[in-house]
Amino acid sequence: MSNLLTSTFLAALISGGILAGMPLLLAGLGEMVSERAGVLNIGLEGMMLMGGYAGFVVALYSHSHWLGLFGGLLAGLVASTVMVIFCVRLGLDQIVVGIALLVTAEGITSVLQRAQFGTTYPRLDSMAALKIPVLSGIPALGESLFNQPLVVYVGLALVAVAHWVLRSTSMGLHLRAAGEKPQALDAAGVSVTATRSVALLVTGSLGGLGGAYMSIVGAGIFVPFMTHGAGFIGIVIAMLSRGRAVWVLIGAFLFGMSVSLSTALQLVGVNVPQDVVNMLPFVAVLVALVIFAREAYLPAALGSPYVRGSR
Amino acid sequence: MVEMTRPVAGRSGATRDLSAPVVEIRGICKAFPGVVANDDVSLAVFGGEVHCLLGENGAGKSTLMNILSGMYQPDAGSIMVDGQEVRIGSPRDALDLGIGTVYQHTTLIPVFTVLENLLLGQGRGLSMDQKGALAGLKKVAADLGVDVDPHVQAGRLALGQQQQVEIIKALWGGSRVLILDEPTSMLTPQGIVELERVLLQLKERGLAIIFITHKLHEALDVGDRVTVLRQGRVVGTLEPDTVHATPRPELQERIVGMMFGEEAAALAGVAEVRGQVTGRRARREISPEAVLELRGVSVEPQRGEVGIHDVSLIVRRGEILGVAGVDGNGQRELAEAIAGQRAIHRGDILLGGTSIRHASISARQRQGLRYVTDDRLGEGTVSSLSVAVNLVLKRIGDGPFWRRGLVREDAINECALGLVEGFDIKTPSVQTRCGTLSGGNIQKLLLARELSFEPKIVVYNKPTHGLDVKTTHVVRDRIRELAEKEYVSALLISTDLEELLDLCDRIAVLFRGRLTGVVENRVGAEWEVGRLMVGGESR
Ligand SMILES: Nc1ncnc2c1ncn2[C@@H]1O[C@H](COP(=O)(O)OP(=O)(O)OP(=O)(O)O)[C@@H](O)[C@H]1O
Ligand SMILES: [Mg+2]
Repeated sequence: MSNLLTSTFLAALISGGILAGMPLLLAGLGEMVSERAGVLNIGLEGMMLMGGYAGFVVALYSHSHWLGLFGGLLAGLVASTVMVIFCVRLGLDQIVVGIALLVTAEGITSVLQRAQFGTTYPRLDSMAALKIPVLSGIPALGESLFNQPLVVYVGLALVAVAHWVLRSTSMGLHLRAAGEKPQALDAAGVSVTATRSVALLVTGSLGGLGGAYMSIVGAGIFVPFMTHGAGFIGIVIAMLSRGRAVWVLIGAFLFGMSVSLSTALQLVGVNVPQDVVNMLPFVAVLVALVIFAREAYLPAALGSPYVRGSR
Repeated sequence: MVEMTRPVAGRSGATRDLSAPVVEIRGICKAFPGVVANDDVSLAVFGGEVHCLLGENGAGKSTLMNILSGMYQPDAGSIMVDGQEVRIGSPRDALDLGIGTVYQHTTLIPVFTVLENLLLGQGRGLSMDQKGALAGLKKVAADLGVDVDPHVQAGRLALGQQQQVEIIKALWGGSRVLILDEPTSMLTPQGIVELERVLLQLKERGLAIIFITHKLHEALDVGDRVTVLRQGRVVGTLEPDTVHATPRPELQERIVGMMFGEEAAALAGVAEVRGQVTGRRARREISPEAVLELRGVSVEPQRGEVGIHDVSLIVRRGEILGVAGVDGNGQRELAEAIAGQRAIHRGDILLGGTSIRHASISARQRQGLRYVTDDRLGEGTVSSLSVAVNLVLKRIGDGPFWRRGLVREDAINECALGLVEGFDIKTPSVQTRCGTLSGGNIQKLLLARELSFEPKIVVYNKPTHGLDVKTTHVVRDRIRELAEKEYVSALLISTDLEELLDLCDRIAVLFRGRLTGVVENRVGAEWEVGRLMVGGESR
């Protein structure tokens, strides 16, 4: 075990962590935004699947990774309009609608995949990496951190954007108010419906983008149910982040690394059974929940629909 | 953000024609399932005037104000602003028309700072003008002569200060009409004096103010015009000439007569006129038997609280012990520690001689300890459940309402009907969702629940807040009667000194979480209590 901290191990751990952590980051960031606005989006996993499938198909036929990612984003956005209509406009139960969305998305994507490709799984080329000069030369870390596809840097930038919007803009203030006390926001003359709708559309877009990242950049193929609970881990990350974008980032990479740990260990000659490997992210969720759940702060009005004048 | 820095009086000012109403309501009707909340209501509000809207609990005052502020849509009727008919389809419309509202239940977001609360609804999209808002706040605060820290979380402010922030928020952006729905029900006497001063100032500047209260003396202190609602209808309006020319006692009698009918006019004197408390207790014998004893109890403060430190007191059988103090000096901590909702970290609590320090909330309940919370919406009731279920909320699983794990609707409804009748709770039926009742009626429900099922000692936290004169009277009588006839002891926490003087045998004073003294309630007690309440500080 003396070579645990060798550069091979670290590089594998980090680049694997980024690969597995990116979808969690994007989805978790989206979920965090809608939670802050008071909408618990249980359908996140479904939005990811839609994004993953649509993104893959677009990328396959257009031969453009970027168009594929954009297609995934749009698919997530469309999926989230279901939540907008049923939960925000009509005030139905968020959990029920979320679960329905998830189940529907699982069904639709599996059926379409099957109808289109049968039992073959076409593969995409891997996305070109963008090597950042100088920084990528840093021993051990440089190669894995600063030699990534451009979309990774976009994702990191989104963390900063989300942080800024939530903290220093009117839109962010209104989002947070919609989650804490929607009647206060309404009384201040801002539409709660519009505010929550925007938040959900952002969630859907980011969830869809996260799914598309999984299929296009991560795996290069689309397999039914390929998100494997990533959406739910995203929800956990969002809840544990206490509404802070930076903590979503940290959480996503810690979870990502728990996935890549086994690969990295194998690279340095330590063999881990596959079952243990598959279990790791969920064990990580449990551990995180046990340790940090008390710290979680959820907005006061999370999950409750708002209808003006009802009391 | 020009709007923010605009002076308070905004578009109104000396040039306004004060003889024409700023807002005129004509024939407004509004019905909810089972109740007609407003029935053909008309009234006019003038600039430079305080228009008091009075009426018993559930008379429809808040409903009317919610229609003016765009929260509810009327079924019929029209609203004129500056002589023009307008449609107020949303709170935004009301704000744009210059109508600012302080709602009956607070709309401040406790985890937001004062500044963030004020910034709500001010900017759009990515812009946020913190600097402008700070300057605006400074100006408005100076205009009103109040002092608030913009960067403190609103939830941490004392209720009086929160109320000031609410008013600043309602005036933000140049309102010309200010609606205040029971702004004083949670304020201390000092807070009320402050508020009255602010109102007079705003009036001078030509604002039209609608002021709702249950305390007649407040209405008469600041009011120029008085309208009384009863069961959704206007029963009468007193013009400024009448209000200013009629002697107070006569005016009060007239108003109470309008509110409750002639036979109730005698209530006018009850603990309503400042410095004229008539109900002072006659000295009576109290058995020395201690029902509740606190020995050196300390509770750790939570965020924004003072906690309580080393509090010792004894409540004897049939005694009413008052706890006076400015709000936020440990009242809630004390009440919750006794009720079992909060762990005590030092000391002991004895109920009937045995320690209940480790007893659960329900065990304390079963031993006859009751707690009337001051948070009737948050922890007092479940707004989505029916009135009936809320009335037996603390008996879930017990007979006769539950048997072998099954609900017995009939038993619950029968009991609920009795309580609704006994406590005069105004509700369309016992199946109505609790949240739809008027504020005062929710309070009555809470009292009905806690005072039934054989209590031994009741901890009351502001038991009459938000109740109308008549109900206040009934509730106080009930507390007194329970103590005298059935020997139910009471620990009565209140910020209303008159209430304490009216009811209590002895009055303890809480200051910064410590008990600074216990005073026998006899002549001159108010001075002693008043002195202790401010901790002997010279202010
Ligand atoms: N959203 C609602 N849904 C159903 N009923 C309602 C609603 N709002 C008010 N009501 C009913 O309308 C009636 C008038 O209520 P309102 O709140 O206007 O009374 P109020 O005069 O303000 O009383 P209080 O002094 O107790 O605050 C009550 O019977 C209440 O139950
Ligand atoms: Mg009311």
